[in-house]
Amino acid sequence: MKAFTTLTGVAAPLPMANVDTDKIIAARFLKTIARTGLGKNLFHAMRFNEDGSEKPDFVLNQEPYRKAEILIAFENFGCGSSREHAPWALLDFGIRCVIAPDFADIFHNNSSKNGILPIRLPREICEKLMEDAKMGGNARLTVDLERQVVVRPSGEEIPFEVDAFRKHCLLNGLDDIGQTLQHAPSIDEYEAKRRAEAPWLFA
Amino acid sequence: MANQPRTLFDKIWDAHVVETLQDGTALLYIDRHLVHEVTSPQAFEGLRVAGRQVRSLHGTIAVVDHNIATDASRRTGIEDPESRLQVETLEKNVAEFNVPYIPLLDERQGIVHVIGPELGLSLPGMTIVCGDSHTSTHGAMGALAFGIGTSEVEHVLATQTVLQKPAKNMRVTVDGVLPPGCTAKDITLAIIGKIGTAGGTGHVIEYAGEAIRALDMAGRMTLCNMSIEAGARAGMVAPDETTIAYVEGRPHAPKGEAWERAVAWWRSLPSDAGAHFDKEVSLRAEEITPQVTWGTSPEDVLPITGVVPNPADARDETRRAQLTRMVEYMGLIPGQKLTDLKVDVVFIGSCTNSRIEDIRAAAAIARGRQVAAHVRALVVPGSGLVKKQAEAEGLDRILLDAGFEWREAGCSMCLGMNPDKLTPGQRSASTSNRNFEGRQGPGGRTHLCSPAMAAAAAIKGHLADVREFSA
Ligand code: SF4
Repeated sequence: MKAFTTLTGVAAPLPMANVDTDKIIAARFLKTIARTGLGKNLFHAMRFNEDGSEKPDFVLNQEPYRKAEILIAFENFGCGSSREHAPWALLDFGIRCVIAPDFADIFHNNSSKNGILPIRLPREICEKLMEDAKMGGNARLTVDLERQVVVRPSGEEIPFEVDAFRKHCLLNGLDDIGQTLQHAPSIDEYEAKRRAEAPWLFA
Repeated sequence: MANQPRTLFDKIWDAHVVETLQDGTALLYIDRHLVHEVTSPQAFEGLRVAGRQVRSLHGTIAVVDHNIATDASRRTGIEDPESRLQVETLEKNVAEFNVPYIPLLDERQGIVHVIGPELGLSLPGMTIVCGDSHTSTHGAMGALAFGIGTSEVEHVLATQTVLQKPAKNMRVTVDGVLPPGCTAKDITLAIIGKIGTAGGTGHVIEYAGEAIRALDMAGRMTLCNMSIEAGARAGMVAPDETTIAYVEGRPHAPKGEAWERAVAWWRSLPSDAGAHFDKEVSLRAEEITPQVTWGTSPEDVLPITGVVPNPADARDETRRAQLTRMVEYMGLIPGQKLTDLKVDVVFIGSCTNSRIEDIRAAAAIARGRQVAAHVRALVVPGSGLVKKQAEAEGLDRILLDAGFEWREAGCSMCLGMNPDKLTPGQRSASTSNRNFEGRQGPGGRTHLCSPAMAAAAAIKGHLADVREFSA
């Protein structure tokens, strides 16, 4: 998992509540052998016409939002299924941080496990950030995870909360595997001991 | 603590804890990781993206089983593009990560839960995982074996460990002698009928008692296989002389001095007298009769002499609604005798019942008889080696002469993922493990039973009591 420290980038405004996992990545795109490659179908129904052409009104089809790394949305982001495909699709598109008044629990968990930082901020603040985001390329937001602040283009700093454990994982780019690999010396030690006791397991 | 009596599960667990984390989660070392095409692609991809390697190549083995055809077409390539892609992806991944692999056309290819024990890859005392819930099968070896999800598959590939909280201990004791016509499948169905599909939730089941000791390894595998249908995390049978005799000489079994040491350890594994079980259930073998499921959950099972239940007799509203749905889906009439249910298809195979012993049992019924004219009957050996053995014994001839199809190894009609499927409304007698709606194909109606019972149904053309064949 890619570490998340400080991110300065274009934020895309998505002024909608209940952006569900099917909107994020529709079920028909799930018969896949990859975690990557889902970005091209992110928000498919909102982003493309039936003939596959882009819907020019959709934010991610506009400059500079094609390169957005932050998404600002309203309540209950990521509701729906537990599939990890939703964060995989966001990440594959390039989104590293979603800011919303609240998130569906499973999505919240799945996204931080996959290196996306979900930030909960009150609705009024999300509305302000939404306005900032609408200013496009001239109004980049900075998300500083270490200091737990979002820095508006005006320089104003907005503090946010984050679970200490998840913060640690994100800052250090540790997924569950990364965590376990911190115990690699114990695994080595166990293997050495076991190899002596039960050599047939290592034949 | 160290001197407290321990269960088989406790002993294997203790021997594999690398470290216990603050919240009681253990980092558990995995001895054997079996990989197949369906649940591994994203796991390998995760490794690739993170630049990680497979930690233990000798502890990992890959095989294709779920998606493949079980007829001659396997030699000419897979038709369904998504299935083909999964198989090709596995082949690419094992090559890239150097994972030992048994290719489709290798004679050792087969269902992952059949080939593990068969090749001596699954041994007593081991921890064994696979991205498949029926990994519980390998518990028959006296191993701790359980299914994992894709993210855990990646975790095991990278670290050779899983993060797990200990399960609770449950013991199911079956004493007495099994009556003629009854098999391990009837024991497991009877157990699930008794404790229900959530009866084992949160537990690892150890099967014990005289009737279990008397089972051969194939029977024990059938039993442990379906532990998952009883809601358990895993099922196990303590290693004994039957186990040791089975393992000896298998291609990956320890040899020479290592064999002596291994056997000595295996003999120390059975649960100590006085070990604590959180839950105990017991059955008398004499009371078990040939079983068959009538509904769409493995717990909806009855003796073959039974009749279709009447939803009106249900204990409450929820159950009534459930029964009504099942009766309707299965195309049944309340009060109808199970032996009056005509079958269209008979499937003898799956990781539950596709070993040589199962095929012998089916052939014993088929010998000199004919499959009913309206029935399509498939026999699908669990592995290429089972197939070869059966052919050496002439079982294929007996089955073919009786009108059965004799297929190549794979999961086949156990699940509607490859070309072997039921069509809507078709009724099957099947030796597999799940009778969920649509499991064997959309709209298909599955009756689970033993291989002998399935063969009997093929001959009679309807669900039948195998005891009528003994003469
Ligand atoms: S035979 Fe059936 S239950 Fe067994 S591994 Fe294959 S699909 Fe799963």
